[in-house]
Amino acid sequence: MKILVCISHVPDTTSRINFTDADTQFDTNGVQFVINPNDEFGLTRAMWFKEKQGASVHVVNVGGAETEPTLRKALAIGADEAIRVNMNPTDGFSVAKQLAAVVSEGGYDLVIAGRESIDYNGGMVAGMLAKLCGANFVNTCISLEIDGQNATAIREIDGGKETLSTSLPLVIGGQKGLVEESDLRIPNMRGIMQARSKPLHVKEPVEATAETQVKQFEKPAPKGAVKLVDDVQSLIDLLHNEAKVI
Amino acid sequence: MSVLVYTESEQGKFKKAALEAVSYAKGIADMMGSQVTALSINGGDASDLGTYGASKLLQVEDGSLDKFQADTYASVIAQAAKAEGADVVVITSTANSKFLAPALAIELKAGYIPNAVALPQSAAPFQVKSSVFTNKAFALSEISTPVKLVGLSKNAYGLHEAATTCNPESFSPELAGSSVEVVSVDKSTDKVTIADAEVVVSGGRGLKGPENWGLIEDLAETLGAATACSKPVSDMGWRPHSEHVGQTGKPVASTLYIAVGISGAIQHLAGINSSKVKVVINNDPEAPFFKAADYGIVGDAFEVVPALTEKLKEFKAQNA
Ligand SMILES: Cc1cc2nc3c(=O)[nH]c(=O)nc-3n(C[C@H](O)[C@H](O)[C@H](O)COP(=O)(O)OP(=O)(O)OC[C@H]3O[C@@H](n4cnc5c(N)ncnc54)[C@H](O)[C@@H]3O)c2cc1C
Repeated sequence: MKILVCISHVPDTTSRINFTDADTQFDTNGVQFVINPNDEFGLTRAMWFKEKQGASVHVVNVGGAETEPTLRKALAIGADEAIRVNMNPTDGFSVAKQLAAVVSEGGYDLVIAGRESIDYNGGMVAGMLAKLCGANFVNTCISLEIDGQNATAIREIDGGKETLSTSLPLVIGGQKGLVEESDLRIPNMRGIMQARSKPLHVKEPVEATAETQVKQFEKPAPKGAVKLVDDVQSLIDLLHNEAKVI
Repeated sequence: MSVLVYTESEQGKFKKAALEAVSYAKGIADMMGSQVTALSINGGDASDLGTYGASKLLQVEDGSLDKFQADTYASVIAQAAKAEGADVVVITSTANSKFLAPALAIELKAGYIPNAVALPQSAAPFQVKSSVFTNKAFALSEISTPVKLVGLSKNAYGLHEAATTCNPESFSPELAGSSVEVVSVDKSTDKVTIADAEVVVSGGRGLKGPENWGLIEDLAETLGAATACSKPVSDMGWRPHSEHVGQTGKPVASTLYIAVGISGAIQHLAGINSSKVKVVINNDPEAPFFKAADYGIVGDAFEVVPALTEKLKEFKAQNA
């Protein structure tokens, strides 16, 4: 089985979010970038398939040269090869188009992406990619088993979960649950050394125009101070009379 | 020219999020001088949609669509949008809508903005504000394709009545089978889910153990609320993962969120930023959650919560 894991290079969750150039650009100053948490669960599941069922695992990112350390980290975790599509991603659609080109060239059976990346939270790349490649798609996937050409997946729905049966080629939008958090791997020294000599292919982008464009960023207005009360009756009065939520 | 809105329903009743989407679609239609057509799949009574501004309803009734299937539903919505010549298609941000949205966008060759929080700033160019960076910022984005797809964040626009006569018409799309088959659905239907709840009562590690969850459940029951938790609580197996709120868990967009014994780590806050009123009960006055809260009590959960539940019961009895 040939697996492709899509890796989004995102600001670490605790990063302060600021903008530059009259609030038109994300300010990367002092920001630490990491593998998108949803993708990390997917990468670990891919390693499980590799070790238990036999598979080759490639990782891909659409981004500039600054994302290579993130791809090297994925190689250090155990992926066999990395691909970077040399393009600055601007919208979900153009990223999905680049990934679709990689998928059709590489002939992957299974593509694991995250349900969303924690920067733009678009939640569209995985589904668009599946549609563009004519592959089956399962979103918010929290469990995945593959048996030959058949796949059984569980996805999270509002208020519960759903078990689905489908076949390869398959794209999933994965999240926590695909593996336990305690199974996530921290690259060890040996992995880091090996990663240095693993192939990292740089591919020029195919033609794809963005459909949406961010014109301006804005931060939420600062919040007023919390109202502290000493007793529950005062709290109920405030929730009833002031906030009008009970 | 029209605005098409896909209205989700459950057991023959439109979801509140769907009615909110109709309100939002009406707001866009007014900006563009056009009208709202709603689309329902095995849905409810057309007059519910008229209340919020839909003037036409395309009703799809077909037993093969009883179970949600993202690819088939996307194709049905795309066929309706084409039949109506819709310029703008509005959907919600439920798990199902987010599942079908990317396929719908590709079928319609439509630029897609998810998590919209307000009416478009302008209709031409079409610019919409949406939430990004797990609710830590907003982006104003422009869609450059002829057809636009917008996913509305829950509770971001609200319900606005705009009484309209809604004419139902039956709509028969071509139905191709799905390549992803639903084997089973496991849903606790007797309880309010986090996604739909107006009030959420959430507990963190401060509750010390699963045996103390009765406190949270009693308070939730008194308020008709859903129960939720922080990540360590679900990691330790005190509560199911489906209740875990935050960046790696579920987002909550309730009108009231009560956090008990939760520190308010940034990853937890990421999931609750779109809740309207936040109440925090924590024994540590320095807990970061107080900075994000509207109301707070510094105190021991094991004393404050039972007292609050009792007083709320009295309050409910008086205001019933
Ligand atoms: C990549 C990443 C993603 C994450 N995603 C999430 C996520 O989605 N959701 C999430 O919740 N977390 C997430 N976390 C974890 C997050 O950083 C915090 O560790 C977590 O939210 C803490 O949970 P807690 O507040 O319940 O526990 P604690 O941090 O242990 O806090 C417990 C609180 O309870 C209070 N307390 C203790 N006893 C009492 C008492 N008797 N009465 C009243 N108060 C009491 C304490 O003062 C404290 O403030 C993530 C972390 C990472 C690194």
